[in-house]
Amino acid sequence: MVTPLDIATITLVSAGVAFFIAGTLGLLRFPDAVTRLHALTKADNLGLGLIVIGLVLQADNVWQALELIFIWLLNNLAAATVAQLVARVALVAAPSSNRRSEA
Amino acid sequence: MTAAFVFDLALCALIVAVAVTAVAARSHFAAIVFFIVYGLFVAIAWVRLEAIDVALTEAAIGAGLTGLLLVGAAARFGPDEAARIAPTQTVRRLLGKLGQIAICATGAAALVVLLRMLPETAAGLHPLVQQKLAESGVSNPVTAVLLNFRAYDTLLESIVLTISLVGIWSLAPDRLWAGVPGAAHHARPEGVLAHFARALPSVGLLVGVHLLWAGADAPGGAFQAGTVLAAVWLLAVMAGLTEAPAVSSLRLRALIVLGPAFFLSIASIGAFAGAFLGYSTDIAKMSIFAIEALLTVSIAVTLALAILGAPRRTR
Repeated sequence: MVTPLDIATITLVSAGVAFFIAGTLGLLRFPDAVTRLHALTKADNLGLGLIVIGLVLQADNVWQALELIFIWLLNNLAAATVAQLVARVALVAAPSSNRRSEA
Repeated sequence: MTAAFVFDLALCALIVAVAVTAVAARSHFAAIVFFIVYGLFVAIAWVRLEAIDVALTEAAIGAGLTGLLLVGAAARFGPDEAARIAPTQTVRRLLGKLGQIAICATGAAALVVLLRMLPETAAGLHPLVQQKLAESGVSNPVTAVLLNFRAYDTLLESIVLTISLVGIWSLAPDRLWAGVPGAAHHARPEGVLAHFARALPSVGLLVGVHLLWAGADAPGGAFQAGTVLAAVWLLAVMAGLTEAPAVSSLRLRALIVLGPAFFLSIASIGAFAGAFLGYSTDIAKMSIFAIEALLTVSIAVTLALAILGAPRRTR
Protein backbone atom coordinates (compact mmCIF):
# COMPACT_ATOMS: atom_id res chain seq x y z
CA MET A 1 0.00 0.00 0.00
CA VAL A 2 1.47 3.31 -1.04
CA THR A 3 1.01 5.93 1.64
CA PRO A 4 1.15 9.70 1.02
CA LEU A 5 4.53 9.63 2.78
CA ASP A 6 5.82 7.19 0.17
CA ILE A 7 4.50 9.40 -2.63
CA ALA A 8 6.28 12.39 -1.09
CA THR A 9 9.50 10.36 -0.84
CA ILE A 10 9.27 9.21 -4.44
CA THR A 11 8.62 12.77 -5.65
CA LEU A 12 11.48 14.26 -3.68
CA VAL A 13 13.97 11.57 -4.66
CA SER A 14 12.95 11.88 -8.32
CA ALA A 15 13.46 15.64 -8.14
CA GLY A 16 16.88 15.03 -6.60
CA VAL A 17 17.79 12.63 -9.40
CA ALA A 18 16.63 15.22 -11.94
CA PHE A 19 19.02 17.75 -10.41
CA PHE A 20 21.83 15.18 -10.55
CA ILE A 21 21.10 14.63 -14.24
CA ALA A 22 21.18 18.40 -14.79
CA GLY A 23 24.51 18.62 -13.00
CA THR A 24 25.94 15.78 -15.08
CA LEU A 25 24.72 17.46 -18.26
CA GLY A 26 26.54 20.57 -17.12
CA LEU A 27 29.66 18.51 -16.48
CA LEU A 28 29.55 17.10 -19.99
CA ARG A 29 28.54 20.20 -21.92
CA PHE A 30 30.12 23.21 -20.24
CA PRO A 31 33.26 24.57 -21.87
CA ASP A 32 35.85 24.60 -19.12
CA ALA A 33 36.77 23.42 -15.65
CA VAL A 34 35.42 26.36 -13.66
CA THR A 35 31.91 26.28 -15.13
CA ARG A 36 31.81 22.51 -14.80
CA LEU A 37 32.69 22.82 -11.12
CA HIS A 38 29.88 25.32 -10.73
CA ALA A 39 27.39 22.87 -12.23
CA LEU A 40 28.68 20.03 -10.08
CA THR A 41 28.63 21.76 -6.74
CA LYS A 42 25.34 23.63 -7.09
CA ALA A 43 23.21 21.04 -8.84
CA ASP A 44 24.63 17.94 -7.16
CA ASN A 45 24.42 19.29 -3.63
CA LEU A 46 20.86 20.45 -4.17
CA GLY A 47 20.00 17.07 -5.66
CA LEU A 48 21.53 15.29 -2.69
CA GLY A 49 19.61 17.59 -0.34
CA LEU A 50 16.31 16.67 -1.99
CA ILE A 51 17.14 12.97 -1.84
CA VAL A 52 18.06 13.30 1.83
CA ILE A 53 14.76 15.08 2.62
CA GLY A 54 12.92 12.31 0.79
CA LEU A 55 14.74 9.65 2.83
CA VAL A 56 14.27 11.52 6.10
CA LEU A 57 10.53 11.02 5.64
CA GLN A 58 11.18 7.27 5.66
CA ALA A 59 13.48 7.25 8.68
CA ASP A 60 12.59 5.03 11.63
CA ASN A 61 13.52 7.51 14.34
CA VAL A 62 14.94 10.96 14.89
CA TRP A 63 18.53 9.72 15.08
CA GLN A 64 18.43 8.19 11.62
CA ALA A 65 17.00 11.42 10.21
CA LEU A 66 19.74 13.43 11.91
CA GLU A 67 22.38 11.04 10.55
CA LEU A 68 21.09 11.55 7.02
CA ILE A 69 21.15 15.34 7.39
CA PHE A 70 24.64 15.11 8.88
CA ILE A 71 25.78 13.14 5.84
CA TRP A 72 24.36 15.85 3.58
CA LEU A 73 26.17 18.59 5.52
CA LEU A 74 29.48 16.69 5.41
CA ASN A 75 29.04 16.17 1.67
CA ASN A 76 28.42 19.92 1.22
CA LEU A 77 31.58 20.73 3.16
CA ALA A 78 33.70 18.29 1.17
CA ALA A 79 32.25 19.31 -2.21
CA ALA A 80 32.72 23.03 -1.52
CA THR A 81 36.31 22.57 -0.40
CA VAL A 82 37.23 20.33 -3.31
CA ALA A 83 35.58 22.72 -5.78
CA GLN A 84 37.64 25.62 -4.43
CA LEU A 85 40.87 23.62 -4.59
CA VAL A 86 40.24 22.28 -8.10
CA ALA A 87 39.25 25.75 -9.33
CA ARG A 88 42.46 27.20 -7.97
CA VAL A 89 44.51 24.57 -9.79
CA ALA A 90 42.47 25.06 -12.97
CA LEU A 91 43.01 28.82 -12.91
CA VAL A 92 46.73 28.30 -12.51
CA ALA A 93 46.96 25.60 -15.15
CA ALA A 94 44.94 27.20 -17.96
CA PRO A 95 44.35 30.80 -16.99
CA SER A 96 43.21 32.14 -20.36
CA SER A 97 40.47 29.61 -21.13
CA ASN A 98 39.24 29.52 -17.56
CA ARG A 99 39.15 33.26 -17.02
CA ARG A 100 37.14 33.71 -20.18
CA SER A 101 33.97 32.59 -18.43
CA GLU A 102 34.75 34.39 -15.19
CA ALA A 103 31.90 36.90 -15.10
CA MET B 1 11.47 -8.14 -13.39
CA THR B 2 11.37 -6.22 -10.15
CA ALA B 3 12.88 -2.81 -9.57
CA ALA B 4 15.67 -4.41 -7.57
CA PHE B 5 16.60 -6.63 -10.50
CA VAL B 6 16.71 -3.69 -12.89
CA PHE B 7 18.86 -1.79 -10.40
CA ASP B 8 21.25 -4.72 -10.04
CA LEU B 9 21.50 -5.11 -13.80
CA ALA B 10 22.23 -1.40 -14.25
CA LEU B 11 24.83 -1.58 -11.46
CA CYS B 12 26.60 -4.53 -13.09
CA ALA B 13 26.60 -2.77 -16.45
CA LEU B 14 28.03 0.36 -14.81
CA ILE B 15 30.75 -1.63 -13.04
CA VAL B 16 31.85 -3.26 -16.30
CA ALA B 17 31.71 0.06 -18.16
CA VAL B 18 33.77 1.89 -15.55
CA ALA B 19 36.30 -0.96 -15.41
CA VAL B 20 36.73 -0.90 -19.20
CA THR B 21 37.10 2.90 -19.08
CA ALA B 22 39.74 2.63 -16.38
CA VAL B 23 41.74 0.13 -18.44
CA ALA B 24 41.35 2.09 -21.68
CA ALA B 25 42.05 5.53 -20.19
CA ARG B 26 44.52 7.77 -21.93
CA SER B 27 46.34 9.16 -18.93
CA HIS B 28 47.39 7.72 -15.58
CA PHE B 29 45.30 10.20 -13.67
CA ALA B 30 42.13 9.39 -15.62
CA ALA B 31 42.69 5.67 -15.07
CA ILE B 32 43.11 6.21 -11.33
CA VAL B 33 39.96 8.33 -11.07
CA PHE B 34 37.94 5.68 -12.85
CA PHE B 35 39.50 3.03 -10.63
CA ILE B 36 38.25 4.92 -7.56
CA VAL B 37 34.79 5.19 -9.10
CA TYR B 38 34.91 1.47 -9.83
CA GLY B 39 35.75 0.79 -6.19
CA LEU B 40 32.74 2.83 -5.05
CA PHE B 41 30.38 1.01 -7.40
CA VAL B 42 31.71 -2.34 -6.17
CA ALA B 43 31.04 -1.13 -2.62
CA ILE B 44 27.40 -0.52 -3.61
CA ALA B 45 27.34 -4.02 -5.11
CA TRP B 46 28.52 -5.41 -1.76
CA VAL B 47 25.68 -3.53 -0.05
CA ARG B 48 23.24 -5.14 -2.48
CA LEU B 49 24.70 -8.52 -1.48
CA GLU B 50 24.11 -7.54 2.17
CA ALA B 51 27.80 -7.69 3.08
CA ILE B 52 27.99 -4.25 4.66
CA ASP B 53 31.31 -4.74 6.47
CA VAL B 54 32.92 -5.65 3.16
CA ALA B 55 31.25 -2.64 1.52
CA LEU B 56 32.69 -0.31 4.17
CA THR B 57 36.15 -1.81 3.75
CA GLU B 58 35.93 -1.68 -0.04
CA ALA B 59 34.92 1.97 -0.05
CA ALA B 60 37.51 2.98 2.53
CA ILE B 61 40.53 0.89 1.61
CA GLY B 62 39.82 -0.46 -1.86
CA ALA B 63 38.63 2.79 -3.40
CA GLY B 64 39.88 5.51 -1.11
CA LEU B 65 43.23 4.44 0.26
CA THR B 66 44.40 2.50 -2.80
CA GLY B 67 43.34 5.39 -5.02
CA LEU B 68 45.38 7.76 -2.88
CA LEU B 69 48.41 5.44 -3.11
CA LEU B 70 48.05 5.31 -6.89
CA VAL B 71 47.73 9.10 -7.17
CA GLY B 72 50.90 9.50 -5.15
CA ALA B 73 52.67 6.99 -7.37
CA ALA B 74 51.38 8.62 -10.58
CA ALA B 75 52.55 12.02 -9.37
CA ARG B 76 56.11 10.73 -9.49
CA PHE B 77 55.87 9.72 -13.14
CA GLY B 78 55.85 13.25 -14.44
CA PRO B 79 53.79 14.54 -17.36
CA ASP B 80 52.15 11.90 -19.49
CA GLU B 81 53.18 11.49 -23.06
CA ALA B 82 50.32 10.87 -25.41
CA ALA B 83 50.77 7.48 -26.97
CA ARG B 84 51.91 7.90 -30.51
CA ILE B 85 51.05 4.82 -32.50
CA ALA B 86 52.91 4.32 -35.75
CA PRO B 87 50.56 3.32 -38.61
CA THR B 88 52.25 -0.07 -39.12
CA GLN B 89 51.65 -1.01 -35.51
CA THR B 90 47.94 -0.25 -35.58
CA VAL B 91 46.91 -3.64 -36.93
CA ARG B 92 49.06 -5.46 -34.40
CA ARG B 93 47.58 -3.37 -31.58
CA LEU B 94 44.08 -4.06 -32.86
CA LEU B 95 44.69 -7.80 -32.94
CA GLY B 96 46.16 -7.58 -29.46
CA LYS B 97 43.08 -5.77 -28.17
CA LEU B 98 40.75 -8.30 -29.81
CA GLY B 99 42.70 -11.11 -28.19
CA GLN B 100 42.40 -9.45 -24.79
CA ILE B 101 38.66 -8.95 -25.21
CA ALA B 102 38.26 -12.59 -26.29
CA ILE B 103 40.12 -13.87 -23.22
CA CYS B 104 38.09 -11.64 -20.88
CA ALA B 105 34.80 -12.67 -22.47
CA THR B 106 35.72 -16.36 -22.19
CA GLY B 107 36.67 -15.91 -18.55
CA ALA B 108 33.44 -14.08 -17.81
CA ALA B 109 31.39 -16.76 -19.58
CA ALA B 110 33.16 -19.51 -17.60
CA LEU B 111 32.42 -17.65 -14.34
CA VAL B 112 28.75 -17.29 -15.23
CA VAL B 113 28.49 -21.01 -16.03
CA LEU B 114 30.18 -21.94 -12.75
CA LEU B 115 27.91 -19.61 -10.77
CA ARG B 116 24.81 -21.11 -12.35
CA MET B 117 25.98 -24.56 -11.26
CA LEU B 118 26.10 -23.57 -7.59
CA PRO B 119 23.02 -24.47 -5.51
CA GLU B 120 20.42 -21.73 -5.22
CA THR B 121 20.56 -21.32 -1.48
CA ALA B 122 23.69 -22.61 0.16
CA ALA B 123 23.80 -21.86 3.82
CA GLY B 124 27.54 -22.37 4.09
CA LEU B 125 28.95 -21.78 7.54
CA HIS B 126 26.22 -19.32 8.50
CA PRO B 127 24.16 -21.73 10.68
CA LEU B 128 27.31 -22.84 12.55
CA VAL B 129 28.31 -19.22 13.22
CA GLN B 130 24.78 -18.35 14.36
CA GLN B 131 24.86 -21.31 16.77
CA LYS B 132 28.04 -20.20 18.47
CA LEU B 133 27.42 -16.46 18.21
CA ALA B 134 26.15 -16.12 21.75
CA GLU B 135 29.40 -17.46 23.19
CA SER B 136 31.61 -15.31 21.03
CA GLY B 137 31.06 -12.10 22.95
CA VAL B 138 29.78 -10.00 20.05
CA SER B 139 26.57 -10.05 18.07
CA ASN B 140 27.88 -9.07 14.64
CA PRO B 141 28.68 -12.42 12.95
CA VAL B 142 31.42 -10.84 10.81
CA THR B 143 33.26 -9.49 13.84
CA ALA B 144 32.79 -12.80 15.61
CA VAL B 145 34.42 -14.64 12.72
CA LEU B 146 37.20 -12.07 12.24
CA LEU B 147 38.19 -11.66 15.85
CA ASN B 148 37.11 -14.85 17.56
CA PHE B 149 36.54 -17.92 15.42
CA ARG B 150 39.18 -17.02 12.82
CA ALA B 151 41.26 -14.59 14.81
CA TYR B 152 44.37 -16.30 13.46
CA ASP B 153 43.79 -14.72 10.05
CA THR B 154 43.32 -11.25 11.50
CA LEU B 155 46.44 -11.61 13.63
CA LEU B 156 48.49 -12.53 10.58
CA GLU B 157 46.89 -9.71 8.57
CA SER B 158 47.91 -7.10 11.10
CA ILE B 159 51.46 -8.44 11.17
CA VAL B 160 51.57 -8.46 7.35
CA LEU B 161 50.49 -4.81 7.38
CA THR B 162 53.40 -3.94 9.66
CA ILE B 163 55.85 -5.88 7.48
CA SER B 164 54.56 -4.08 4.37
CA LEU B 165 55.30 -0.76 6.07
CA VAL B 166 58.85 -1.93 6.78
CA GLY B 167 59.09 -2.86 3.10
CA ILE B 168 57.99 0.63 2.07
CA TRP B 169 60.47 2.23 4.47
CA SER B 170 63.29 0.09 3.13
CA LEU B 171 63.00 1.94 -0.21
CA ALA B 172 64.65 4.99 1.33
CA PRO B 173 68.30 5.64 0.55
CA ASP B 174 70.68 4.98 3.43
CA ARG B 175 71.25 8.59 4.40
CA LEU B 176 67.48 9.18 4.75
CA TRP B 177 66.86 6.08 6.81
CA ALA B 178 65.82 8.17 9.83
CA GLY B 179 64.14 10.90 7.81
CA VAL B 180 60.62 12.26 7.49
CA PRO B 181 58.22 10.63 5.02
CA GLY B 182 56.21 12.63 2.53
CA ALA B 183 56.79 16.01 0.97
CA ALA B 184 56.73 19.18 3.03
CA HIS B 185 53.19 20.47 2.75
CA HIS B 186 52.08 24.04 3.09
CA ALA B 187 48.67 25.60 2.84
CA ARG B 188 47.60 29.19 3.48
CA PRO B 189 46.52 29.34 7.12
CA GLU B 190 43.34 31.27 6.24
CA GLY B 191 42.66 29.19 3.15
CA VAL B 192 40.01 26.64 2.31
CA LEU B 193 42.21 23.58 2.82
CA ALA B 194 43.42 24.70 6.23
CA HIS B 195 39.87 25.33 7.45
CA PHE B 196 38.72 21.99 6.09
CA ALA B 197 41.62 20.22 7.76
CA ARG B 198 40.72 21.89 11.04
CA ALA B 199 37.02 21.06 10.81
CA LEU B 200 37.18 17.47 9.67
CA PRO B 201 39.49 15.63 12.11
CA SER B 202 37.13 16.01 15.04
CA VAL B 203 34.29 14.61 12.93
CA GLY B 204 36.62 11.89 11.68
CA LEU B 205 37.61 10.95 15.20
CA LEU B 206 33.95 10.66 16.16
CA VAL B 207 33.10 8.56 13.12
CA GLY B 208 36.16 6.35 13.63
CA VAL B 209 35.44 5.65 17.29
CA HIS B 210 31.78 5.02 16.42
CA LEU B 211 32.75 2.53 13.70
CA LEU B 212 35.03 0.76 16.19
CA TRP B 213 32.43 0.62 18.95
CA ALA B 214 29.54 -0.29 16.66
CA GLY B 215 31.59 -3.06 15.08
CA ALA B 216 30.62 -5.42 17.84
CA ASP B 217 26.92 -5.39 16.98
CA ALA B 218 26.61 -3.75 13.58
CA PRO B 219 28.80 -3.40 10.49
CA GLY B 220 32.07 -1.76 11.37
CA GLY B 221 35.29 -2.80 13.00
CA ALA B 222 38.97 -2.10 13.38
CA PHE B 223 40.02 -1.81 9.74
CA GLN B 224 37.26 0.59 8.76
CA ALA B 225 37.77 2.76 11.83
CA GLY B 226 41.54 2.74 11.33
CA THR B 227 41.16 3.90 7.74
CA VAL B 228 38.93 6.83 8.73
CA LEU B 229 41.40 7.91 11.40
CA ALA B 230 44.33 7.56 8.97
CA ALA B 231 42.46 9.68 6.42
CA VAL B 232 41.84 12.63 8.75
CA TRP B 233 45.39 12.52 10.02
CA LEU B 234 46.69 12.56 6.44
CA LEU B 235 44.40 15.53 5.77
CA ALA B 236 45.96 17.45 8.64
CA VAL B 237 49.43 16.59 7.36
CA MET B 238 48.58 17.63 3.80
CA ALA B 239 47.27 20.98 4.96
CA GLY B 240 50.49 21.64 6.77
CA LEU B 241 48.75 21.74 10.15
CA THR B 242 50.92 19.01 11.58
CA GLU B 243 54.23 17.49 10.66
CA ALA B 244 54.63 13.85 9.78
CA PRO B 245 56.82 12.26 12.43
CA ALA B 246 60.32 11.08 11.60
CA VAL B 247 60.50 7.39 10.80
CA SER B 248 63.02 6.80 13.58
CA SER B 249 60.68 8.17 16.24
CA LEU B 250 60.34 5.62 19.02
CA ARG B 251 56.82 6.69 19.86
CA LEU B 252 55.73 6.17 16.27
CA ARG B 253 57.25 2.70 16.15
CA ALA B 254 55.62 1.82 19.46
CA LEU B 255 52.22 2.84 18.07
CA ILE B 256 52.76 0.76 14.95
CA VAL B 257 53.55 -2.48 16.78
CA LEU B 258 51.11 -1.86 19.64
CA GLY B 259 48.12 -3.52 17.95
CA PRO B 260 49.77 -6.70 16.64
CA ALA B 261 51.86 -7.08 19.81
CA PHE B 262 48.81 -6.86 22.06
CA PHE B 263 46.92 -9.27 19.82
CA LEU B 264 49.84 -11.71 19.97
CA SER B 265 50.09 -11.43 23.75
CA ILE B 266 46.38 -12.13 24.23
CA ALA B 267 46.73 -15.08 21.88
CA SER B 268 49.68 -16.42 23.86
CA ILE B 269 47.80 -16.08 27.15
CA GLY B 270 45.18 -18.31 25.56
CA ALA B 271 47.96 -20.76 24.69
CA PHE B 272 48.82 -21.22 28.37
CA ALA B 273 45.19 -22.09 29.02
CA GLY B 274 45.37 -24.69 26.29
CA ALA B 275 44.07 -22.97 23.17
CA PHE B 276 46.19 -20.45 21.26
CA LEU B 277 43.90 -17.51 20.44
CA GLY B 278 41.14 -18.98 22.55
CA TYR B 279 39.20 -16.65 24.81
CA SER B 280 37.13 -17.92 27.68
CA THR B 281 33.53 -16.89 27.15
CA ASP B 282 33.29 -14.41 30.00
CA ILE B 283 36.23 -12.24 28.94
CA ALA B 284 35.62 -12.66 25.21
CA LYS B 285 33.78 -9.39 24.68
CA MET B 286 36.35 -7.38 26.64
CA SER B 287 39.30 -9.05 24.93
CA ILE B 288 37.81 -8.49 21.50
CA PHE B 289 37.14 -4.85 22.18
CA ALA B 290 40.59 -4.25 23.64
CA ILE B 291 42.23 -5.97 20.68
CA GLU B 292 40.11 -4.02 18.22
CA ALA B 293 40.83 -0.68 19.89
CA LEU B 294 44.59 -1.10 19.88
CA LEU B 295 44.49 -2.62 16.41
CA THR B 296 42.60 0.46 15.18
CA VAL B 297 45.35 2.75 16.43
CA SER B 298 48.05 0.64 14.82
CA ILE B 299 46.16 0.28 11.55
CA ALA B 300 45.53 4.03 11.39
CA VAL B 301 49.20 4.87 11.91
CA THR B 302 50.42 2.11 9.56
CA LEU B 303 48.06 3.00 6.71
CA ALA B 304 48.80 6.72 6.98
CA LEU B 305 52.54 6.06 6.92
CA ALA B 306 52.13 3.68 3.99
CA ILE B 307 50.48 6.50 2.03
CA LEU B 308 53.16 8.99 3.01
CA GLY B 309 55.73 6.57 1.68
CA ALA B 310 59.42 6.11 2.27
CA PRO B 311 61.35 8.83 4.10
CA ARG B 312 62.21 11.56 1.62
CA ARG B 313 63.79 14.35 3.60
CA THR B 314 65.45 15.17 6.84
CA ARG B 315 63.69 17.60 9.13
